[in-house]
Amino acid sequence: MVSFLDFEKPIAELEGRIEGLRQMSTDNDAKVADEVLKLEARANQMVRSIYSKLSPWQKTQVARHPDRPHFENYIEELFVDYTELAGDRCFGDDVAILGGLAEFRGRSVVVIGHEKGSDTASRVAHNFGMARPEGYRKAVRLMDLANRFGLPVITLVDTAGAYPGIDAEERGQAEAIARSIECCLRLEVPLIAVIVGEGGSGGAVALASGNKVIMMEHSIYSVISPEGCASILWHSSENAQAAASALKLTAQDLLELEVVDQVIEEPAGGAHRDRAQTIESVGDAIERALESLSELDGAQLKTHRREKFLTIGGLNSV
Amino acid sequence: MNWLSNFIRPRIRAVFKKKDSSQDAWLQCPKCNENIFRKDYVEAQRVCPHCDHHGRIGSQERFDALFDNATYTESELPRAPDDPLKFRDKKKYTDRLKEARAKTQKVDAMAVAQGPIGGIETVVAVQDFAFMGGSMGLAIGAAIVVAAKQAIAENAPMVLFSAAGGARMQEGILSLMQMPKTTVAIDMLRDAGLPYIVVLTDPTTGGVTASYAMLGDINMAEPNALIGFAGPRVIENTIGEKLPEGFQRAEYLRDHGMVDMVVHRRALKETLARTLRLLLNRRATDQSEETRESEDNLTASEQSAAS
Ligand SMILES: [Zn+2]
Repeated sequence: MVSFLDFEKPIAELEGRIEGLRQMSTDNDAKVADEVLKLEARANQMVRSIYSKLSPWQKTQVARHPDRPHFENYIEELFVDYTELAGDRCFGDDVAILGGLAEFRGRSVVVIGHEKGSDTASRVAHNFGMARPEGYRKAVRLMDLANRFGLPVITLVDTAGAYPGIDAEERGQAEAIARSIECCLRLEVPLIAVIVGEGGSGGAVALASGNKVIMMEHSIYSVISPEGCASILWHSSENAQAAASALKLTAQDLLELEVVDQVIEEPAGGAHRDRAQTIESVGDAIERALESLSELDGAQLKTHRREKFLTIGGLNSV
Repeated sequence: MNWLSNFIRPRIRAVFKKKDSSQDAWLQCPKCNENIFRKDYVEAQRVCPHCDHHGRIGSQERFDALFDNATYTESELPRAPDDPLKFRDKKKYTDRLKEARAKTQKVDAMAVAQGPIGGIETVVAVQDFAFMGGSMGLAIGAAIVVAAKQAIAENAPMVLFSAAGGARMQEGILSLMQMPKTTVAIDMLRDAGLPYIVVLTDPTTGGVTASYAMLGDINMAEPNALIGFAGPRVIENTIGEKLPEGFQRAEYLRDHGMVDMVVHRRALKETLARTLRLLLNRRATDQSEETRESEDNLTASEQSAAS
């Protein structure tokens, strides 16, 4: 059962009608089959048309879609022998961020990502992908491990942001994020970051300061959520649509601003309509990105990353 | 008060005459509500004489108080593009910039200067809360890179005073990208083997804390400064309860291991000079002796805040 977003209502109606017709036709009713085919063509056309002109706010909703593939789906389909590693060796294990060793298309890697969960119980368990300091410190630990053993790091970013709670502040949320960014930037192995859903502020950049930063077609990456921005600048979260547009948070905007290197096309109707195809295209993009960096040695990889972030916005060079 | 009166008074007086003559001679402390003679307040680097409340202080006053004999050279900073996203909320970002520039006579929220602190040539970057809440955008990132490069070229340590609510929303993703960018600058300092000391002042939150402000080799904080990642209101809205007294204040961060010390503003120059001297393995000079003497004149409460 697909969950529909508000702007997908016409699609939902049409698909409902198709489903109804299918159930009505008892045997090989050629007339009904013909009608179903026609309606299916119309539905496909409608999906394409709606998804070709999504507004930034609609893209935000797609990026947060509950059926969108998330970390565990990518692990299952793209990685072999995934061996999860837990804990920050300081305080605990935060499962809002998961990570471990794995084989990716013939090479060993370290893969790290936010996990939002897939049903109510697992969403609560993963704190909706909003990490505490332990999550970022675990990420640092795993990145250091990758660095020591010369393994590429792949990160899958999908978070509304770092968790804003008393315990998180008490244990140094800001410092944990800062150290995670620092760790990304010091690595002498390739770091490929893919924004697969929501790239929420510091909690995202902590895992996304990579050699290649790739976004999904309907993912978002922003300094603040549209709702948060609206409540501060418009003094009402009802202006989230306007804020989403003003913030320039879509993959297409970020490609134009040269903040991301590549945008991965999603299936018609978004990643959640064809998870297998989505995950496969993400795998291909990661593989190509790794290949494009294969000529660089450790020091060059670090310099490559430094130059990338020093020159964003076009003001300073190395 | 010795070094302050000896070295700084003429300069402060000039500032006082130029900018403050039209204002009331008295003002009220926002914390204890006591009346303070404005001239005393400015001379005390905007610390309330009654309750030690540390008011916000601009970059010029900071430089004057920090560098020996108030001698320093301000660095020229690259001019960031205004309004790269054509951002508009209720107001145009370009109008907000115009207002901030008119109010502060500054181009953006960060100033960089170089001069001696206790005889040690130092590059100092100061974030000015008065300019759009000190918020971090392209201009801040560029200024920190300039400061770090200057420190490396001059083989000088770098001291940074942070003060900001966080990233500048009107620069969207480009403001977020200042987190890795400034982190690269700090990393370059480290590779050059140069000290980087952060003084966290009120308030330091959001992406600023979660990047360059928490990455000091040594982190100092001013008394009672609000320091954190998430703002108190965001946390209250998330957890649905009032926050405990003193939460996210400088002393709380020290108690939780996030800053090395809480330093009274009047003891800051001496503390910085001493720390730099020890880190760089230099011995006290006449210049640093003079600042050390000023420490002896601190009141008991100031001493304890500085310890
Ligand atoms: Zn007071």
